[in-house]
Formats: sequence, C-alpha cells, structure tokens
Amino acid sequence: MNFEIPAFLPALPEMFVLGMACLILVIDVFLPDNRRDVTYGLVQATLVVAAGLTLWLAGPETQITFHGTFVADPISDVLKLAVYLVTFLVFLYARPYLMERDIYKGEFYVLGLFGVLGMMVMISAHNFLTLYLGLELLALVSYALVAFWRDSARASEAAMKYFVLGALASGLLLYGLSMIYGMTGSLDIATVAAALQAADEGMNVPLVFGLVFVVVALAFKLGAVPFHMWVPDVYDGAPTAVTLFIATAPKIAGFALVMRLLVEGLGPLHGDWGDMLMVLAVLSLAVGNVIAIAQTSLKRMFAYSTIAHVGFLFMGILAGTETGYASAMFYIIVYALTAAGGFGMIILLSGRGFEADQLDDFRGLGQRSPWFAFMMLLLLFSMAGVPPTVGFFAKLAVIQAAIGAGHVWLGVYAVIFSIIGAFYYLRVVKLMFFDAPPTEEQPALNRGGAFATALSVNGLAVLFLGLFPGLLLTLTHYAVAG
Amino acid sequence: MGIQSEPMITLSHYLVLAALLFSISVAGIFLNRKNVIVLLMCIELMLLSVNINFVAFAFFLQDLAGQVFVFFILTVAAAEAAIGLAILVLLFRNRGTINVQDLDAMKG
Repeated sequence: MNFEIPAFLPALPEMFVLGMACLILVIDVFLPDNRRDVTYGLVQATLVVAAGLTLWLAGPETQITFHGTFVADPISDVLKLAVYLVTFLVFLYARPYLMERDIYKGEFYVLGLFGVLGMMVMISAHNFLTLYLGLELLALVSYALVAFWRDSARASEAAMKYFVLGALASGLLLYGLSMIYGMTGSLDIATVAAALQAADEGMNVPLVFGLVFVVVALAFKLGAVPFHMWVPDVYDGAPTAVTLFIATAPKIAGFALVMRLLVEGLGPLHGDWGDMLMVLAVLSLAVGNVIAIAQTSLKRMFAYSTIAHVGFLFMGILAGTETGYASAMFYIIVYALTAAGGFGMIILLSGRGFEADQLDDFRGLGQRSPWFAFMMLLLLFSMAGVPPTVGFFAKLAVIQAAIGAGHVWLGVYAVIFSIIGAFYYLRVVKLMFFDAPPTEEQPALNRGGAFATALSVNGLAVLFLGLFPGLLLTLTHYAVAG
Repeated sequence: MGIQSEPMITLSHYLVLAALLFSISVAGIFLNRKNVIVLLMCIELMLLSVNINFVAFAFFLQDLAGQVFVFFILTVAAAEAAIGLAILVLLFRNRGTINVQDLDAMKG
C-alpha cells in the first residue's frame, strides 16, 4: 500500500488560518490584560492575509485534493471571501462592546477564528466526513461563544438551549448521512451523486428516509420553521457581539452546507428535497414575518426576520436551476452583510451596562445622529427589500428564480409576506425619525473612527451594491457555474 | 460463517437496534422535563446509535470509510460533552438550578 502525498496548495488558506489561530492562542496567554489589542490586530491581519491567499489561489478550475475530501472551486473561493469580509466587520464591531463589559478577552477572537476555519472547511468539503467536521468545529465554537459572558444568566441559558438543539441537529444529520452511506456505499460527495444517478427506483425508500433526516438537520442549523425555536432565544440571550457573529457569517457557511450536501451530493433526489424545502420556505416566510411584528426587542425582531430570510434562501435553492443557486448565494451574502450592519447599529447605541436592544432605544435617533440614523435606514430598507438598496435585488432575483422554475404561486406568496414584513422594518424607521428621543440620559454615540467608518461603509455598500447589483450578481453566477 | 441452521444476525438487526436507540434518545430529549444532565446523556446515546449504523454498514459493505467516520464521531462527541458539561456548570453557577423547566427566562 503506497501513500500518495496530497497537493497541499489548494488548502493553503485553511492551513494558514489554523496555524495562526494556534499561534495567537499561545501569544494571547503571555499578553498582559492591557495589551489585548495585539490579539485583536493579529486576528484581523490573519483574516486579511487569508483573503489574500484565497484570492491568489482563486481560479476557474476545480481542484480536488486530500484523497477527494477537499475541493477548491470558484464557489468556495467566493464564499470564503464573503466569510472573511463579514467576520472582519464582526470582529471590528464587537470590540467596543466587549471592552465596555470587561470581556475583551483573547478567547473571543481565537474562538471566532476557529469558527472561521470551521466555515472554510465546510465550504470546501467534498466528503461527508469533512462536511461534518467543519460543521462541528463551527458549532462547538458557537456554543462556547454564546456562553462566553460568564456572569450573564441569560447567556448561559441561551447557550444550554443552543447546545442541546444544535447537538440534536448534528445527531439527526449523522443519522441521515449514515443511511445515505449505507445505500450508496460511499462518503465521497461526487461518488454518492454518481451512485444515486445510477440507482434504480427500489433504492429510493431508505434513501428518502435518510434524506428527511438530513433536511431536518439543515433546517435546524439554519433556523427554518418548524425547527426555529432556538433562534430567538439564542439571539436574544447571547451578548450582542456574539449574536453578531452567529447571525452573519455562519449563514453563508450554512448555504455552502446546503449546496454541497443537497445540490452536489443528493442532486439526483432533487424532486424529493425540493418539496421539503418548499414546505420549510412557506412556513418560514409566514411565521418569521408575522411573529416579528409582535416583538419589542430589536434582537428578537432580527431573529424572526432571519427566519423569514432563510425562507427566501430556500426558495432560491429549491428552484433547482443554476440561476436559483446563484440568486440564493447572492441573497445570503447580501443578508450577512446587512445583518452585520444591523447588529453593529445596536452596538453603536449600547453603552456600559446598557444594551440598546429594545425598539424604544432607537426612538429619535434621527435627531441624535442624522448620519447613523440614515445608515440604519439603508440597512432596514435593504432587509425589507426597498429599492434602490441591494435587498430589493436579492429578493427580486430569488423570486424570479422561483417563478422561472414554475412556482408562480410561491413567488406571489413571498411578495405578500415581504410586504407584511416591511411593516416592522418601517416601524423602526418611524421610531428613529418621527419620535422624540427618550428623556433620560443616553450614552454618547462615540465608538472611535474605525467603528464609525466601517459602519458607514457597511451602510453605503448596501446602497452601492443596490445601485450596481450587476457586480455581485455576475460574481455569484460565475461561482455557481464553476 | 456459522452453522446454517443457527439464526444469523443480519444488517437489518443492527439497523433496527440503532433506530430504536436513536428513537429513545430523541424521545428523551423532548419528553424530559427534569434534569439537563439527562439531556446530555440522550445526546451521547444518539451519537452512539449512529455509530452502530456506520459500523454495521461499513462491515456489510466491506468499506473502511464508515469505520473511520466512527472514530471521528467519537472524538467530536467527547469534545461536545466537554463543552456541554462546561455550559452546565456555568448554568448552575448563574441560576442555581439545572432543572429543564426552570430554563424559562426567555420563551421562544
């Protein structure tokens, strides 16, 4: 038996991030408490260099290495770059929040970096084993991060709920994967797809049995109705800096998970999982948008809006066409960017011992800071899908894809629920511009130049990408076409 | 291969056993209203039942990949249990209880 040395080059960004994460973990131990900025700087530099490496290695060809367990192709390059960008913003926004609560520790950033590694492995997985390991790396990091603020009883309760339901989802995923493995005889995604293509009708029952478990697990992980119970509690209970992390970049990785598993691996079963995703999308759009109206906490409102956005994501994927996948990818990247800005605004308004996560805290922001109120307006418009922000084009592309695949009623249904959803986004805009600020003293909106610049760029990017949607749309089409 | 007249243990026996254990663990997670530690035990049971599935398939398919997967699942399960117990300790320190019914500060 001879051992063939795999090509290491396609996995260079992953190896670099892993090496740096371990190195930073050690460096952080030797730093005094007032030098945490070194850890922060190193982590951000790691993300920038990893982005450079990914760009350098990016190419139109598909490279499979490590004995078929790892793949580097255009879709993985684009998704990884999106993950770096969003995580960079997340770490930047999180910094003042952590400092004010005396939890500005190296662990947050090192765990975050390991989470990024998990997402990268998931994005580049070409085998059920790598997919599972990447997913678990991200999930374990997320549980630990939610519990990160040790003195918060709400955070530890949220962490426990997240842990139990997340572990349940992993178990369901594994059970489904074991059935598919048994029926196809392989863990390799391409081999599974080939075996399914060649399979006769008789094999279908156990396969669909396994598929149900896989789809339920994906719905749990992404937070689609009826498997969404954990989303509001975790978003609400976790410190805002952590909510910021788990609400943004992991959604991009979740999209990659669905693409690798359902589209690439179980593509021949599209008729079966397409219907399941349709049920999930219909329920998510309705429940997410309607319950969000009843929320008084902005974090909970964003949580329910995430559920509705996952419905849109599934709509794009279930179309089963290249346009559908590209539009879903466009949607999720736009969503991650917008959500990062939205939670960044909550951090901007918060202060020492003051969370600013209630809708009323945004009252009269237009008078206190017209510029940031305008940024929040852009972000909310983008989430609601108001032109000319990018959210409009994201929704348009997904609905077009669904109609193109023959689901006209689903398109109409999505439009109706987007209009219902617009209500709670516009309510925040009304509070910001047409209501008087609260009478009690508010913390100053001063978070430093880098924070203000990043948040402004984030808000303006949502407008800019909306004025020129072709840029990102071309990129996603290129990525999906591979 | 044993003597033909003896009843053989076939793949479906293993699958039924794994499915039973899996169902018990899922039922345990949803029905349990008392103790969080029982939830952690159910999660472990769930992962182990999946392992039975993988090993059984790997044996009957004569394919080593499934057995390798089991090793990784065992490792991840250990890491998961460590994090779960750490969160449990934290929860007890902050709330003074690990009763599932008391975890209701937020209702989702």
